Amino acid sequence: MRRVRLVPCLLAAGLVFLWAPVLLLVGFAFSADRIPFQWGGFSLRWFTTLAANERLIEAAWLSLRVAAGAATLATLIGGVAGFALARWGAFRGRALFGALIGATLVLPEVVTGLAMLLLFVTLEAAIGWPAGRGALTVLLAHATLGAAYVAVVVQARLAGNERMLEEAAMDLGAGPAAAFRTITLPLMAPALAAGWLLAFTLSFDDLVIASFVSGPAGTTLPVLVFSALRLGLTPEINALGAIILALAALCVGLAVLLMRARWLEGGGEGG
Amino acid sequence: MAPLLLEVRGLSRRFGAAVALAPLDLAIEAGEFFALLGGSGSGKSTLLRLIAGLEAPDGGSLLLEGRDITRDPPWARPIHMMFQSYALFPHMSVAENIGYGLRRAGVRGAEQARRIDEVLALVRLKGFGARRPHQISGGQKQRVALARSLVMRPKLLLLDEPLAALDAGLREQTGFELRALQRATGAAFVMVTHDQGEALALADRIAVLEGGRLMQVGAPADVYARPASAFVARFLGAANVVEAAHLSLSPAEPGAAAYALRPERIRLTPNGATTGANAIAGHVRDVAFRGDATLFVVALDGGGELRVMVPADDPMPIMGERVALAWDADDLVPLAA
Repeated sequence: MRRVRLVPCLLAAGLVFLWAPVLLLVGFAFSADRIPFQWGGFSLRWFTTLAANERLIEAAWLSLRVAAGAATLATLIGGVAGFALARWGAFRGRALFGALIGATLVLPEVVTGLAMLLLFVTLEAAIGWPAGRGALTVLLAHATLGAAYVAVVVQARLAGNERMLEEAAMDLGAGPAAAFRTITLPLMAPALAAGWLLAFTLSFDDLVIASFVSGPAGTTLPVLVFSALRLGLTPEINALGAIILALAALCVGLAVLLMRARWLEGGGEGG
Repeated sequence: MAPLLLEVRGLSRRFGAAVALAPLDLAIEAGEFFALLGGSGSGKSTLLRLIAGLEAPDGGSLLLEGRDITRDPPWARPIHMMFQSYALFPHMSVAENIGYGLRRAGVRGAEQARRIDEVLALVRLKGFGARRPHQISGGQKQRVALARSLVMRPKLLLLDEPLAALDAGLREQTGFELRALQRATGAAFVMVTHDQGEALALADRIAVLEGGRLMQVGAPADVYARPASAFVARFLGAANVVEAAHLSLSPAEPGAAAYALRPERIRLTPNGATTGANAIAGHVRDVAFRGDATLFVVALDGGGELRVMVPADDPMPIMGERVALAWDADDLVPLAA
């Protein structure tokens, strides 16, 4: 009996460890009290004040747009890079190319952020673009980081036996372009979608890189929240956290559904 | 002789320093079932991919009905291939898979649907058109892959290990179906296989390859009865290869250094005495029951061993028992090397 109960207990402990802080935050979002960690009865007042907080809304809207833009750009660049790594075989410099992409993943964000800042400042001094720092520079910096993640996801997806599927398409009369459009692209699509979501989340979450490359015009949500933290927390942040959590859950659910559809399709392919 | 369909002239391919295919000549006749037989690394798959256009040769040429197709890309060749693990498109239904080549060729609408139905009936998969590849069994996938190639009505169909991924029970039946389809469509089939039983059972002619070289080409019965070399003898029938210097042989065709001696051609007598040439004594080292016959490995008194196949009704020796072996002079087939 004891041994049977040990597993559920460990599971419960693990889940509590993971989710207790998050649930606490969501709980306090519905608290009427002005101190963000004190229960003052159920209330939606902080959602109302949040809705009236134009700076927060604006930052959230900017973050969404930057994240969407960065994810799209990252998917384009990273998709091509991942395809090249998986398909072009042992081209000259492949190992170096792969290492350069991988390095972006492990480089501390502080270093990436500083490097980006130096690049943008130097570029502005040299060619006058980008003029100042703001949403555009944050978007470019996030796209750079996101592209590396997308490349890895796409490469992993294509590492299977899809080369043979392209050959089968060509054998049946499809030129390289038609084979890519009708076979490779549809098979890459779930990886591209997953990569886009990953890049979107990375951008939406990012505080460190954005702190370096965002000017006064490019205050993203994490940057604003972090600066608000220094002035003193209000339960509005809790409310905001609850909303973001709901959105994130939506995204994760979507990604899981996508991957499962893909898995079911590929499930019978075994060997 | 049937008209020539495909001519392979001095075709060769190397991967870096490794020779995958030494310059090789081969002719495939229209409407024949041809098997390329060899172990891994024999070059059989490379040859198939060269014919399909999926690899470019380093030298030599390919002629299809007299027309040089050596430089044609795979999508421009009227040759189609069934891939070893079928390569069905997982994001398309069975009907979409089969219609893929037709759509590329501009066959659409009712005509496309009619040809898909026709070929589905041919491979006994009527009503399976809407299924996805992951929803059907391995044997059904094999038939979809076949249908996808056959719907293009090729004069030459290439099959890469068409039966290898199937269960043993399904293999024989599917082999016969393959044979029947080949006759019904009139297309020439070129099948790659590592299984000599498959090649001997299905093909009109077989080519044995080893190390990128063609060892022997001929009808299965001829190649089996008269292997040209020790390699072919061993590979085809698990025949005994005996050296003239080692045993007291009295072959019908003297002069060769080695002879092939098939296990079922050797007479085995328990506790028997040996007389004269083409006979030798030994003791049973291993026994393997094979249903209709039993295989004995006999350790010879002078060293070495022979494999002997004894029909089920004959008297059987037991392990370690002394036996006498004998054979006819005609059964010693001279080998080139």
